[in-house]
Amino acid sequence: MLTETTAPAPPAVQVRGLTKSYGELEAVRGIDVQIAPGEVFALLGPNGAGKTTTVEILEGYRQRDGGEVVVLGLDPGRQARALRSRIGIVLQSTGVDRYLTVAETISMYGQYYPHPRDVEEVLSLVGLEEKRDARVLTLSGGQQRRLDVGVALAGDPDLLFLDEPTTGFDPSARREAWEVVKSLAAIGKTVLLTTHYMDEAQHLADRVAVIAAGRIVAEGPPSSLAGRDLVRPRLRFPRPPVAVPEDLGATPVAAGPGTLEIVTETLTGTLYRLTSWAISAGVSLDGLEVLRPTLEDVYLELTGSEPPAAGQDSAAGTRRTRRGRRRSDAASHAEARVGGRGTRR
Amino acid sequence: MSGVDAAPGRSAGGPATSSAPLRRAVVLTLNQVRFVNRAFWRNPASAGFTFAFPLMFLVIFTALLGSGTVHLGARTVKESTYYVAAMAAFAVVTACFTNIAMTTTFQRDQGVLKRLHGTPLPPAVYFLARVLHALLIAVLLVVITSAFGALAYHASVPGGATLGRFVVMLLVGAGAFCALGLAITSFIPNADAAPAVVNLTILPLLFLSGIFIPLGRNAPHWIVGVAKVFPVYHFASGLQAGYLGTSFSWADVGIVAAWGAAGLMVAIRRFSWEPRV
Ligand SMILES: Nc1ncnc2c1ncn2[C@@H]1O[C@H](COP(=O)(O)OP(=O)(O)OP(=O)(O)O)[C@@H](O)[C@H]1O
Ligand SMILES: [Mg+2]
Repeated sequence: MLTETTAPAPPAVQVRGLTKSYGELEAVRGIDVQIAPGEVFALLGPNGAGKTTTVEILEGYRQRDGGEVVVLGLDPGRQARALRSRIGIVLQSTGVDRYLTVAETISMYGQYYPHPRDVEEVLSLVGLEEKRDARVLTLSGGQQRRLDVGVALAGDPDLLFLDEPTTGFDPSARREAWEVVKSLAAIGKTVLLTTHYMDEAQHLADRVAVIAAGRIVAEGPPSSLAGRDLVRPRLRFPRPPVAVPEDLGATPVAAGPGTLEIVTETLTGTLYRLTSWAISAGVSLDGLEVLRPTLEDVYLELTGSEPPAAGQDSAAGTRRTRRGRRRSDAASHAEARVGGRGTRR
Repeated sequence: MSGVDAAPGRSAGGPATSSAPLRRAVVLTLNQVRFVNRAFWRNPASAGFTFAFPLMFLVIFTALLGSGTVHLGARTVKESTYYVAAMAAFAVVTACFTNIAMTTTFQRDQGVLKRLHGTPLPPAVYFLARVLHALLIAVLLVVITSAFGALAYHASVPGGATLGRFVVMLLVGAGAFCALGLAITSFIPNADAAPAVVNLTILPLLFLSGIFIPLGRNAPHWIVGVAKVFPVYHFASGLQAGYLGTSFSWADVGIVAAWGAAGLMVAIRRFSWEPRV
């Protein structure tokens, strides 16, 4: 390894062209990921997308078929032993000894590491102080999951892998788990988490990669994923009884029965012109909406898990291009779909 | 490794214990034994079955058959004394083979093993701690069985030169059955199947080897012949020498040790940290 003095910190995780097959099934088909130290990175994707496969290759549990993987400067395929004292792992499904108490469990796992974190500190990070002397057996599902995170934190790792930390939780347990992940970010840990939930990725992650069928189909901060922020907003309103003026900044188009839509570059100006015209003309615009693609729209579009829709509008064109898409057309894509959805309603 | 040290929270100097890795391994193993022990006693199934069974059988068998005698080679011994030796052997098999096979399968299916494998805990420390703990339990059970036998049935307990050989047989046997317990885990598809597989392998051997019903002078040859292939017979006969004054054979120790070594090799080759799919 080179000695760097002024260069920025090397990435905590660096993956290039990662591939993995199980027999005929290509579970991971060339994934590139880079995670900076201190970053919270979410791998977002539907069932069977290849999230666990990817994460377990990075953890050293599974061997990759191809590609380059460096985690904390080590190759998990060959240096798993050295890597393990520096990472914390929360597996998708896992257990601990059910007859030990919460505090005993954390201290037992902590002693495996060269620099364990103080048990009480771990307990407060994961919010299990009150359960410190309870047997694992008696914990609720959400509490057990927090204990899983606690165990992963016991060795004070630099990097944490959380494979679906909140799947199966009720909404309040999810909120609690989110607080735990946020507290990890606050103490400077690098976190790679996987999830099915858009809101989770949006809430927790600095950066999100959407993975579908073994490929990353979009990547970026949740706010601008797949060019979400670049998609022009649309104004939708009921068709007024009188003609709409021409000088609104964009031409209104019909979007379903009795509804008009304006796609605009200058939202504020268009909105101002539209509403001042409406007031002076005595036209009611009740039901006026400003529409943008949500992260969920983008996700469903990218992963192709949207239920099939009726009609042969622009969404049909969208669907045709769904397979074999590249990341660069994701933005125009999201836009196309949003238009399509509007007309279907 | 500058890239490594650049990460937050990791100061220079490396692990403080790197000067004494052996000492650290010993401390780690002993701590691990402590945790295994706590979990063992709090689990009603493992503590109850392992502990209650041999003592319960001892009482039942001696109550039913305790007045008779057994012919072992040239000697004739009271059945009550016979059962003290037999139940001591049974206790070791339960504490080592059955207990380790069940617990390990369960831990594998629960994902406990996979999680452990994701930590820097050396696998050898994990196994050693499990084996040491099983050994402690086995010795404790043998002591309790012997004391109970001596008090209730005036059974003689190993002493003097016999004691030395007895302890060798006990430790070799306990170690061998631990290794076999780990080995058989790799043939158990899942935790649901564990009791069936474990009992199917060990119960016939216990019967064939005269643990529950003494192999008298007129036991069929084929039974003794089959039993002699497997380690339970030799282990029991080694322990009997200590209690009953029958002749002690180093060949028994050797055969048990060979089974143990074979078990260890299978365990090492086939052991799985993840649930079998
Ligand atoms: N050990 C294995 N043997 C064979 N196929 C496997 C194995 N593990 C995963 N697969 C397959 O590889 C694909 C990707 O699985 P993976 O577990 O990585 O998906 P995932 O994104 O984690 O899904 P989920 O959200 O359901 O956890 C799936 O089709 C799965 O059936
Ligand atoms: Mg998964």
